[in-house]
Amino acid sequence: MKQFLPDNLHSEAGRCLPSDPTMPSVQLRQVTATYEGVTALENITFDLAQGDQVAVVGPNGAGKSTLFTLIAGTLAPVQGTVNIYGSGAQGHRCVGYVPQRNRIDWKFPVTVADVVMMGRVGRIGLFRWPRRQDREMVAQALERVHMHDLARRQIGELSGGQQQRVFLARALAQEANLLLLDEPLTGLDLPSQEAILDLLAQLRQQGVTVLVATHNLNQAASHFAKVLLLNRRLIGLGTPQEVLTPSLLSQAYGSQLHIIRSTQGDLLLADTCCDESHVPYFEEQPLPIPKPAPATESIFS
Amino acid sequence: MSGLDWLLEPLHYGFMMRGLLASMMVGIICSTLGVYVILQGMAFFGDALAHAILPGIVLAYLLGWPLAVGALIFGILTSIGIGALSHKGEIREDTAIGIVFAGSFALGVAMLSTVGGYAVDLAHILFGDVLAVSVQDLWVMFGLSVCVLLIVLLFYKELLVLIFDPVLAKVLRLPTTFLRYLLLILIALTIVIALQTVGIALVLAMLVTPAATAQLLTRRIPSMMLVSAICGMAANVIGLYLSYYVNIASGPAMVLVATLFFMLAFLFAPERGLVIQKWKPRLQQG
Repeated sequence: MKQFLPDNLHSEAGRCLPSDPTMPSVQLRQVTATYEGVTALENITFDLAQGDQVAVVGPNGAGKSTLFTLIAGTLAPVQGTVNIYGSGAQGHRCVGYVPQRNRIDWKFPVTVADVVMMGRVGRIGLFRWPRRQDREMVAQALERVHMHDLARRQIGELSGGQQQRVFLARALAQEANLLLLDEPLTGLDLPSQEAILDLLAQLRQQGVTVLVATHNLNQAASHFAKVLLLNRRLIGLGTPQEVLTPSLLSQAYGSQLHIIRSTQGDLLLADTCCDESHVPYFEEQPLPIPKPAPATESIFS
Repeated sequence: MSGLDWLLEPLHYGFMMRGLLASMMVGIICSTLGVYVILQGMAFFGDALAHAILPGIVLAYLLGWPLAVGALIFGILTSIGIGALSHKGEIREDTAIGIVFAGSFALGVAMLSTVGGYAVDLAHILFGDVLAVSVQDLWVMFGLSVCVLLIVLLFYKELLVLIFDPVLAKVLRLPTTFLRYLLLILIALTIVIALQTVGIALVLAMLVTPAATAQLLTRRIPSMMLVSAICGMAANVIGLYLSYYVNIASGPAMVLVATLFFMLAFLFAPERGLVIQKWKPRLQQG
């Protein structure tokens, strides 16, 4: 029966291991992509090295999720090429990702261990059942995110931070060498934030490349060695000091960014939240006391 | 009359014995596949598919083939048709289902209306008659049931990933299109198996009700499938006895028992039942 099925059904051990450590982990060349008929990314070119941990920042609709779907290989670019560890984005199966909360049915009858085991499915291969080594990988992955004592819980019974950690453990069980995380720290309880930051530090030592989309410029600056600033086009890629500058940030955020000069230095207010509907509200009906817009980030320079 | 006699008496009739075997098989298969149907939100698809295979049944009837063969061909054609119509995203899936469902059902009724005794035949197909199951039918049902269960077992983990997190299925490079069609075909097969017991109009209940009952009582897929299969089988057997002693049509009797099971679980499930959820806050307060 096997010869009638496509080749990619079977896992190929070692495919996730880069043969050449100097090879870029993520390489985009003149990539343009559309999402629902609209150009979401335009002419993006950059390289990331193996083990880079990068915060991807930009306003809403900047194309952060589109960039992730391109790298995961679930969306093909209209133009340009995407290479992951030297193979095309579709050829690589070791991209781990944490899904957006609203994409998951939390009433689904699966336990924590079941979800983590899903990360192994590609490697176990068709017509086979999980073996002892797969169960060990699952247990180890859960231990690394401090969730092993909750392995038998149904996923809906966990807190938001614990759920986030379960999906991180799934990516670990998948032996991903490229991790895509969307707002992994936002709104989490402190133990979960610490567990995730701790894990990111471990992954850095293992040479796992991590991309984190975030609205939080402070987090981007404090926890990541590299920042990728995006708004449909690539605006900057480098250290936080190089990228999070008033001129680049105002290129990315445009009218959503306010620079306030004070005696103590420049204060940047980047309104990065949710929708833009409240912006005209401010213009039409000035409030007696100007309230800061929700989810405002500040950086002192 | 002792309880045992009460249970055994109907089985002296060959048609009741065959009916009992058919009901049990249908209960197990439908309720197992039903778990996928409700988790994937495919209730409407299941109902539509049951109606859309009518032309196949009529064709098989006219040509003198086993009804299951005609039903199976149209079931698979319909599944592929709906998949192909909505695949590009131009037409929403529920719209595609509606179009294929109504069109195909109309074709079936039109074909049937050209044959004499139309009203009787239509009623038979719409509501099924488990007591008319032949030995040959039983073997066909058994063969198809084994196929369905085997496929579920072979692709268990891949189908689980596809239903729970389709993006992961793509990222792991699982053959998602193949798996999607496989699921549609499995549901088509299941409907064909169930057709003679409950008919087109009520087959949806077999797919959805026991699985929904099981979801209230369990927290993992394997146990949900098991509980669902037990519920479905029990409902069908009890329904069959009811139809014998109370003299009501067997298909509706089975569906009513399954519905009763669901209502009980909905009200009294140990953790997720309505009663416990209403009482828990009061108990904690007082």
